[in-house]
Amino acid sequence: MALITCENVSFSYDGNTVVSDLNFSVCTGDYLCVVGENGSGKSTLIKGLLRLKSPQSGAIRMHADLKPGEIGYLPQQTAAQKDFPAGAYEVVLSGRLGSRGILPFYSRADKEAAVEIMKRFDIYDLAHRCYRELSGGQQQRVLLARALCSSVPSPHKSSRIHESDGSRTDGDRTGGHAGDVHASGGVRSGGLKVLLLDEPDSGLDPVVTNDLYRQLDAINRESGLAIIMVSHDIHGAVRNAGKILHLKNKQIFFGETRDYINTPAAAKLLKESPL
Amino acid sequence: MINLLFEMFSYNFLVRAVIVGLLVSLCAALLGVSLVLKRYSMIGDGLSHVGFGALAIATAMNAAPLTVSIPVVVFAAFLLLRISENSKIKGDAAIALISTSSIAIGVIVISLTTGMNTDVCNYLFGSILAMSTADVKLSIALSIVVLLMFLLFYNKIFAVTFDETYARATGVKSGLYNMLIAFLTAITIVLGMRMMGAMLISSLVIFPALSSMRVCKRFKTVTICSAFISVICFFIGVVISYLYATPTGASIVIINVFVFLLLWLAGTARTRFLERKKPAIFERSVS
Repeated sequence: MALITCENVSFSYDGNTVVSDLNFSVCTGDYLCVVGENGSGKSTLIKGLLRLKSPQSGAIRMHADLKPGEIGYLPQQTAAQKDFPAGAYEVVLSGRLGSRGILPFYSRADKEAAVEIMKRFDIYDLAHRCYRELSGGQQQRVLLARALCSSVPSPHKSSRIHESDGSRTDGDRTGGHAGDVHASGGVRSGGLKVLLLDEPDSGLDPVVTNDLYRQLDAINRESGLAIIMVSHDIHGAVRNAGKILHLKNKQIFFGETRDYINTPAAAKLLKESPL
Repeated sequence: MINLLFEMFSYNFLVRAVIVGLLVSLCAALLGVSLVLKRYSMIGDGLSHVGFGALAIATAMNAAPLTVSIPVVVFAAFLLLRISENSKIKGDAAIALISTSSIAIGVIVISLTTGMNTDVCNYLFGSILAMSTADVKLSIALSIVVLLMFLLFYNKIFAVTFDETYARATGVKSGLYNMLIAFLTAITIVLGMRMMGAMLISSLVIFPALSSMRVCKRFKTVTICSAFISVICFFIGVVISYLYATPTGASIVIINVFVFLLLWLAGTARTRFLERKKPAIFERSVS
């Protein structure tokens, strides 16, 4: 099922076209990496998919089942966050805000969901630590937990979610998760169908980056959550992603990773970027 | 000490000033955390200058000062917010432009009507005598509105302060909440301006937030701590200004400076001490 389909999409800032002729689709369970050099329009595309920026031409079609609240997002870190006094728990909990609507305060279910997801990502012991004092990898995990926080079904509403997403939810719960990557404990796709990540690997060392990839892979495999990731790390992208979208102000390539690595564009990019 | 307080509060004008002042410093401190973290501190400063111009015009027209200044400053707040969000115009330059023009307009209006006298000094540096009974009632009502709005929207304010893009992407109307913050700030600044003075009111917004950030690590604790610091500094400032006949606004600012330095030292000392205890923080990798 194609969740998101882009047809001849182009984006521009102040009349200057940044990226054009985008034609691709993302289906349930896809793991798509968007690669390309700086300024090739990757982040702009993410903004477009989040409806923060409307395309200059063409159309981004969302499947009728994909509600706006069902796209998780892990943004690039901003300079202001580097010295922001926020507890890790506060940050994760704010992931539930989108589903609160006009209601001013978090419910107990929201708080339980935040605790649950923090335990899954093995960051519960950091809950009361200051976000700015965490290491880069820990910060990234906090942001990932925030993005997935809305997908944890609240206990009181779980019956409703079972109905809408029956078989997979049950399968996940019984599916073994002992000793596996923590995130694989079953981040159920309760409310979330797509996860967008904007260069989650920037500023991380290789070990931490690999952890992140492993977590994403587990989330993708076990819950069928479609992942769209913008990445600088072309080597990591071809190793992990099932599909590649290569941008250079227009669409150079879209398709399976195994087809991509044989293209001249891939060879060039792989050669240019250090391992 | 008790006798001193009894003596102070036997003056009705002081009771009025302290009630309004406490409420305003509470509002300013709460909003200040968000403003400082959003890098909007200069908006607070710009608004107070716009308030000065509005106050001067209100006096010249013989109108009620608060009822004229509040709409003008709220409008200016939205304008400044718009300017700082628009990357094409340099935000800080635009704020300086607006604040200096407002001061210039204010000074011209004052000199054409009442002439440059102690009134101007009162506008600029505040006067504890400025509050009439009607003003006090309006101030109390508005401060309570600001406090309630802040409490109701606390979680949303946190979200748009920490990560506006994320908030927007997940369906939080961040533009609306930015406007709410600007709106509440505008009201708070107008209310506090005549006591603290146009030159000094922004310190009420900025100092408590910065002070509490020296020692607190979480948004909630920073906010609560900032509220306490602000209220306590205000009270001590008023008492000192009464004891030594110093200008109220300036006394409060000096106390705030003192508290800031104290907490800054405490914060630095604590980090040093902790760093020595824990030489390195190891990244726990997920296996």
